[in-house]
Amino acid sequence: MRTRSLVGVFVLLGFLTFFPSGWVQAQTIKIGINAELTGDIPKVGEGTKFAAQMWLEDVKAAGGLAVGGKKYPVELVIEDNESKAESAVKAATKMITEDGVLVMVGPQASKQAVPAGGIANNYKTPMITPWSTNPDTTKDRPFVFRACFLDPFQGPVLANFITQEFKFTKAAVLYDVASDYPKGLAEFFKKAWEGLHGPGSVVAYESFTTKDTDFSSQLTKINNSGAQVLFTPQYYNEVALIVQQAHQLGWKKPIVGSDSWGSAETVSLCGKDCYGLFFSTHYAAAGATGATKAFIDRYQKKHGYVPDDVAALTWDAMLLVQKAIEDTGGLTGDLKKDRENVRSAMGRITKFKGITGEMTFSGGGDPSKCAVIVRISDKGQFEFYKSACP
Amino acid sequence: MSRPAFVESAGIEPMVIFLQNLVNALQWGSFYALIALGYSMVYSILMLFNFAHGDIFMVGSYIGFGVSMGLIALASSGVVALPNWLILVLTILFSMFLTSFVGMIVERVGYRPLRDAPRASAAITGLMIGIILETGNLALLGARRVSFPSLIETTTYNVSGVFVTNKKIMIVLVSLLLALALHQFVRRTKWGMAMRAMAFDFAVVPLMGVPLNTMAALTFALGSALAAAAGILFGVAYPVLDPYMGIVFGWKAFVAAILGGRGSVMGATLAGFLLGFTEIFVAMIFPSTLRDLIAYSIILLILAIRPHGFFGEPYSARLRL
Repeated sequence: MRTRSLVGVFVLLGFLTFFPSGWVQAQTIKIGINAELTGDIPKVGEGTKFAAQMWLEDVKAAGGLAVGGKKYPVELVIEDNESKAESAVKAATKMITEDGVLVMVGPQASKQAVPAGGIANNYKTPMITPWSTNPDTTKDRPFVFRACFLDPFQGPVLANFITQEFKFTKAAVLYDVASDYPKGLAEFFKKAWEGLHGPGSVVAYESFTTKDTDFSSQLTKINNSGAQVLFTPQYYNEVALIVQQAHQLGWKKPIVGSDSWGSAETVSLCGKDCYGLFFSTHYAAAGATGATKAFIDRYQKKHGYVPDDVAALTWDAMLLVQKAIEDTGGLTGDLKKDRENVRSAMGRITKFKGITGEMTFSGGGDPSKCAVIVRISDKGQFEFYKSACP
Repeated sequence: MSRPAFVESAGIEPMVIFLQNLVNALQWGSFYALIALGYSMVYSILMLFNFAHGDIFMVGSYIGFGVSMGLIALASSGVVALPNWLILVLTILFSMFLTSFVGMIVERVGYRPLRDAPRASAAITGLMIGIILETGNLALLGARRVSFPSLIETTTYNVSGVFVTNKKIMIVLVSLLLALALHQFVRRTKWGMAMRAMAFDFAVVPLMGVPLNTMAALTFALGSALAAAAGILFGVAYPVLDPYMGIVFGWKAFVAAILGGRGSVMGATLAGFLLGFTEIFVAMIFPSTLRDLIAYSIILLILAIRPHGFFGEPYSARLRL
């Protein structure tokens, strides 16, 4: 009797092990959102959360995500990374090992996305960062993707734009040396500019560290360097301070920025001082059409303000995740296998029509797409000025 | 700016650059000086390191933001006619008044129960109160950056190549005025005399009938009011406020307070300006990446030569003025 029941238990156990679908009736697809909800750039985290939740609404309205002829309910696991590298790593580890997410979306800023990408890759979990433009985020990491272009791309695009638009030959750079994104972009810009105008054409290459608020000494140097344009690839809170202080020190020449300027907060903090300035970014809200406009209108109706590029890119990232999951052709229920399948499906995505442009992944984690040059209008709106493709 | 670029780059005299940075440093040093005064007073009179002081500066700045927004709403509703300069003056006065209560509450809740505790306990109290103020603000107002209203229109004066704004002039003048007022208070009033006596002997003077609790509250109130003034001036110059803005400021002002010499109003003010000058001029001469590295190495060197600060006396607890 005892042996027989023991055998019975083993048979049952074996059954359960080899047929996981037998004990999980309605498997839930969990998607991790690793966002900067507090800390230095909370607006970025807010846009991430709102866009992801809007996507979830659509999925819920459709009754779940259809994969291989079966509908799966979807759940978002939203974690705050406090805009800190170590918290982003902690949040990534938690959602991958404890919550068992299939895919992680975020973190947004390179400072968080570079270390978190390492975690995702080690645990063989696909991650897509909507906004991180630093090459290191996806470099040698088959499991890490992004929905935006790269820093090395923005550097030459801006150097070319300034050269063609203003015919300038001398540039100054002011950047945060303690943050991955500005530091990386400053270096790429310098390289591209000196490639165009020869060594020494970046006449002032000044830096500060995160949390600094007074840039008067650096700006005085820049003012007296003979530079014709100032390039500052900073985040919105610093942009306001840098631009205002530059003007107070008598700087009347153009100031140019990168996609980190593209937050709704930039103009509200900076005010009139920022009118008429240029920056490169992923999308421009003013003058948008089609699906982009539909997204903008829906977001604005719901949250009361025009979504910035983070929200738009997060929206695209969510749809890329959805497409990759759908393209797997069916989930096995084995998280390890499914994560691998989603990864290879995402790497195969071609000509994806996103609201921030058409994207193609050719095996690697970086899509090929175009950049937009935006001018901050005299009413403080982000206006499409020019498109710049590689 | 109509001159061609090559003239600008070649024609800048070193003197103009020096004077421009002098102006920059005066403004930057003003904040350190005002915050250092509060540190210095608490340290000399109560033998306490109030590490929450940088965060009281932050709270003062936010209170200033609230008060000014309230006054702007009042003025635009048409109940009373308030010109912008008056709003600024009222904001500074109200906020100093309100923040002095924050300081007194911090003293009552955080330090008074620990007055006989080891000094280390009192020091970590300050750190904890600081964290409570930061995260409390975060919980109350959220993580969004607050934009301090521009109360006075920025006017830039070009004095033969040196750019000065009306705000810079105001900041430096108000700071010096407040430091002078504190100096006079400590020097000429009965309360000031009691403070100096306390600094002279913390244990015996209360036995002579000086009310210790009142003195502690007064010290904190004065320090916090100055920090609030610094917070508002900061908001005027750098109109982006965040809950963690007081931390590094607090550390650096603490350096200034010790560098100035224990209990010296003049010393703390001078040391605050010295810190500002060092930072700005180091960034002028060396690559700006190395600013704090070199600046604080210099400060360390000064402290090694004068371990008691500029105006501190060896082995004396006297409040010198």
